[in-house]
Amino acid sequence: MNGTIEAPTIEYALLAPMLVVFGAAIVGVLVEAFAPRYLRSAIHLPLTLLSLAGAFALAVWQALKGVPTKPAAMGAVAVDGPALFIWGTILVLAFVSVLLIKDEEHFVGSAAALPGSAEEEQSLVERAAHTEVYPLLLFAVGGMLLFPAANDLLVAFVALEVMSLPLYLLCGLARRRRLLSQEAAVKYFLLGAFSSAFFLYGTALLYGYAGSVDLAKINLALGSVGGQDTLLYIGAAMLGVGLLFKIGAAPFQAWKPDVYQGSPTPITALMASGTLVAAFGALLRVFWVGLGGLDWDWRPVFYGVAILTMVVGAILAITQTDIKRMLAYSSIAHGGFLLVGVIATGSAAQNTAALSGLLFYLVAYGFTTVGAFAVVTMVRDAGGEAWHLSRWAGLGKRSPLLAGTFAFFLLAFAGIPLTSGFFGKYAVFQAAVSGGALPLVIVGVVASAVAAFFYVRVIVLMFFSDPAADGPSVVLPSRGTAAVVGIAALATVVLGVFPQPLLDLAHSAAQSLFVR
Amino acid sequence: MELYVPILVLAVLAAGFAVFSVGIAPFTGPKRWNRAKLDAYECGIEPTPQPVGGGRFPLKYMITAMLFIVFDIEIIFLYPWAVAFDRLGVFGLVEMVLFIVTVLVAYAYVWRRRGLDWD
Amino acid sequence: MEPAEIIQHSGGAIGAAWLMIALPLVGAAILLLGGRRTDRFGHLLGVLMAVASFAVAALSFVQLLGLAPGERRRGIELYDFVPGLAKVGLLVDPLSISFCLLITGVGSLIHIYSIGYMAHDPNRRRFFAYLNLFVAAMLLLVLADNYVALFVGWEGVGLASYLLIGFWQHKPSAATAAKKAFIVNRVGDFGLLIGLFTIFATFHTLAFNDVFANASKASSGTLTAIGLLLLVGACGKSAQLPLQSWLLDAMEGPTPVSALIHAATMVTAGVYLIVRSGPIYQGAETAQLVVTIVGVATLLAGAIIGTAKDDIKKALAGSTMSQIGYMVLAAGIGPAGYAFAIAHLITHGFFKADMFLGAGSVMHAMNDEVDMRKYGALRKVMPVTFATFAIGYLAIIGFPLLSGYFTKDGIIETVMEHNAVLGWLAVLGAGITGFYMSRLVFMTFFGAKRWEPTAHPHESPAVMTWPLVILSVGAIGLGAFLVLGNRFMTFLAPAVGAPEEMPSFHPFSLTGLATLALVAVGAVFAWFRYGAAEVPAVAPRGSFLTTFARRDLYGDALNEALFMRPGQWLTRLAVFFDNRGVDGLVNGLAAGIGGTSGRLRRIQTGFVRSYALSIFLGAAILAGAWLVVGNL
Repeated sequence: MNGTIEAPTIEYALLAPMLVVFGAAIVGVLVEAFAPRYLRSAIHLPLTLLSLAGAFALAVWQALKGVPTKPAAMGAVAVDGPALFIWGTILVLAFVSVLLIKDEEHFVGSAAALPGSAEEEQSLVERAAHTEVYPLLLFAVGGMLLFPAANDLLVAFVALEVMSLPLYLLCGLARRRRLLSQEAAVKYFLLGAFSSAFFLYGTALLYGYAGSVDLAKINLALGSVGGQDTLLYIGAAMLGVGLLFKIGAAPFQAWKPDVYQGSPTPITALMASGTLVAAFGALLRVFWVGLGGLDWDWRPVFYGVAILTMVVGAILAITQTDIKRMLAYSSIAHGGFLLVGVIATGSAAQNTAALSGLLFYLVAYGFTTVGAFAVVTMVRDAGGEAWHLSRWAGLGKRSPLLAGTFAFFLLAFAGIPLTSGFFGKYAVFQAAVSGGALPLVIVGVVASAVAAFFYVRVIVLMFFSDPAADGPSVVLPSRGTAAVVGIAALATVVLGVFPQPLLDLAHSAAQSLFVR
Repeated sequence: MELYVPILVLAVLAAGFAVFSVGIAPFTGPKRWNRAKLDAYECGIEPTPQPVGGGRFPLKYMITAMLFIVFDIEIIFLYPWAVAFDRLGVFGLVEMVLFIVTVLVAYAYVWRRRGLDWD
Repeated sequence: MEPAEIIQHSGGAIGAAWLMIALPLVGAAILLLGGRRTDRFGHLLGVLMAVASFAVAALSFVQLLGLAPGERRRGIELYDFVPGLAKVGLLVDPLSISFCLLITGVGSLIHIYSIGYMAHDPNRRRFFAYLNLFVAAMLLLVLADNYVALFVGWEGVGLASYLLIGFWQHKPSAATAAKKAFIVNRVGDFGLLIGLFTIFATFHTLAFNDVFANASKASSGTLTAIGLLLLVGACGKSAQLPLQSWLLDAMEGPTPVSALIHAATMVTAGVYLIVRSGPIYQGAETAQLVVTIVGVATLLAGAIIGTAKDDIKKALAGSTMSQIGYMVLAAGIGPAGYAFAIAHLITHGFFKADMFLGAGSVMHAMNDEVDMRKYGALRKVMPVTFATFAIGYLAIIGFPLLSGYFTKDGIIETVMEHNAVLGWLAVLGAGITGFYMSRLVFMTFFGAKRWEPTAHPHESPAVMTWPLVILSVGAIGLGAFLVLGNRFMTFLAPAVGAPEEMPSFHPFSLTGLATLALVAVGAVFAWFRYGAAEVPAVAPRGSFLTTFARRDLYGDALNEALFMRPGQWLTRLAVFFDNRGVDGLVNGLAAGIGGTSGRLRRIQTGFVRSYALSIFLGAAILAGAWLVVGNL
């Protein structure tokens, strides 16, 4: 026992965006501990928003200062172009999602009280509130930031858990339909834990193969270790399971509709946007950096997964009668479209094109999906949000502006030109075609057409059906919700009509690709 | 082989202590039987079969257990740091203080939310 | 002389040319979205936007004149979607600026006139919204630097035209006429659209610059096909044979609409398209020949229809058809004819708008009576209207030194040099024009009063007469200004090219004298039949030829027999086939997907254990697939 231990060096400045978010989360816990109840919301909201904005500013500052070319924190975290871009995306989407939260409307007063029990009555009388939502959300966002930047499988695993655990809790906190919400939380937790185990198992197998959990070292080992291929393949597959689960790729998509439906809608918005972005970032890093030399082996596998995901997402969405479940399946299908881009690797220029297309797609889809869920929060009847599609009939006649905006989001999901959705799909599919994955693109286009059917069906329902007599009413949005819908609609328009600036940004972020 | 001799001695000593303790108890201790003592051992909680419907399990146990695990893990981290303390220098000190503060924040939360009150 | 290069431009009025389109578009948006709240000032806003647009056009024109002739084609990049995908820009050059001035200038006057004309209409605001929409779309059509934006404008004016023809929807005839205009235009648009597809398939672009630069590389067969398809589009929009039938019915719209859209501007879009696509036609002689034949046939057909109509607006509509026929004929000749086609288009815009607005003024005075047999002797009651109308009349028949004399005679001379047969037919057309326009004037303003007892004609208010005066000034002098010294041809040359040798204008050439003589014969004949003689209050039965003309040369009957009936049969057949075949297939496919969805849905049991199982199986499959792929 005479090994020397060098004190590690950590580039705090590079990690500052994450540290700000985590620090704010810890301060939030202290607020929960010491601030009087009536002040908590008033402190949490500005604290959360400020920390997210501050982290965003730091990330931008970092990007302006020059993108580092070496991993930070002794190779554990890589703050490179794509990571900074993804950080910015996640922070903006999280910021927008936070604006949606109005704790007394979306979140239960006392989660421990049994639904329908006297304790629940009591909590309602006392106007109890779980303001822990804000620090929990910040912890989740912190995890989302670390996940795509993790350059080491163990760090990635920790990030995965830091991201997921608060989300499991948040899913169960819906104020209405509490049993559905709790069921969603338990399902998400059990399946999430299950898939995390796969990830960890994959990490262990790869460590056994390469002797390191560092992605760069694993990639180096790909060429030099012989005779252990089974270990490598199964390890890579297990890692894939853990990551594809978070994306919601088939056949690991089953949790998504149930969880998206049951969760409080602002949390669904955060999961559908932020988690997806983070998971894709991590997937790209693990497979492009860690297993980049193995792409001939994983590409056919992902090929199949992408096809299955697109088909399952698009086809199952058709028979959905619940708006949130439909959006969940739509999210699955979009995960499939994004996977098409993951496969489109090749030369360095090809990788840059595919990566920049993916980054653009993530931003575009993130904004649109947050906007769509924001609209869902506004259509309500006596039982809370009106989720059943039949309740949306004739909405266009009652609130043309809201229904029009929602229709616009749906068209963006469908990828109609002059919406942001069009160019995202176009860029990804184009990269795939030039990467030689033409059959995949054909499946993607067909799936898009099927998907367009159910988007348009909702539009037809909203505008060409007669409203039910006791139909839901559209509540006057709070300033936050109105801002979210406005920002999302604006982003969807602007990115659809003037995609070039963001595309240039994505391209310059993707230029250096991932650092090793 | 010599390397393993101390381990072997330790194993023998441990086994001896266990056998001795269990073996001597029936002869030296007092024997006053009642119903609770005859029940299966379950941490002092009403054992199975429980009331119809499963009954509820007080959350307090969980919170205490989880707190225990948290501090357990804190100790596990503190130990190797203590061993390498001088070589890690100020960096190690700062990091460890941050770690402890973080755990303390969680502890403060539990405390303020009366997670430590039994009733 | 070849057209000049397009130079990218920024700054100045030309750099702000997009405002020309944006201003009326914003006006239309405000008036349509603002609803009743904007009723009070709606008409004023509409006029303001049109006049502001004219101001931008005029400033751009001045700036353009300040540039050297070879640098007068300015491209303005508006919007670059994604490099290599789509690009939209404007092209300000002598051709498009001429149109802009006409559209915004005449358009502004007609906006002003409409304040008075529509004063008692409860929907005046909506009317001005549509007018503004039309102006915006028409400007987009002529300013676009590519066929896509042109097509958007093309459809936009079609929409505005549809809305305005059917503006008085409570009249079934107006609603039917709007629908007819729309449907006939669809036929033309379809041709245009296929033409655009062919262009894209051939040149892989739809930007004017790139298409025309490469036009000479395409085979003449392709160019002919494109030219003919574009001609189909032009025929629809410009009411040329065989797609002319909608224009006469379109007179159901309010008269300012007839003046602006169905006389001065929109109907000339076909001429614009042909002239703009010049480089394509110059490689396709057959297409050019067809264009000239269509032009000459329409100019005769329109004139013949004009002779038999008792409805003042329909007579004018026939005349519009005929005059556009002249323009198309000239445009079919090539660079030698372009300048005359556009010059005639501009002067025609003035004198025809003048006459339409004059007709509107007459109708306004006569309780919306349109039957000329119930007019007569109006010259004394409506002196201003009469004077301005008379100027328009003299201009259109080609009275020496008035606008029409220079531009129409220019066309006839050019055609005569190109092809004598076509030339003499054009001269004949001019003669008929002399007859039917004289007939119209004599029946309306001269002779005995044949008014309905309830009619109390009076001169129109100043807001209506002033536009007439301004337009008639254009009808007097514009022709001489444009044609003498080849001023307009020189101006236009950088945009459309010009013949090697500039034509010289002979005031009394053989053709010119023959034309004048024929026109005089026609006018005198009309005087004896309709000026000096009694005009029967009910139209006499007339000869076969009269009936032929009255029935619009059986255009509707022909359409009905050739297209409508077979079309209905085809529709029935298609519906039958659609129900049995296509629907079966589509519904089957949809049901198949839906069924698959329903079946797959059952996998989503809601039990977390089965989800976990699916994850486990998925993991097993993934690992298995990996092993298989990896060991291949």
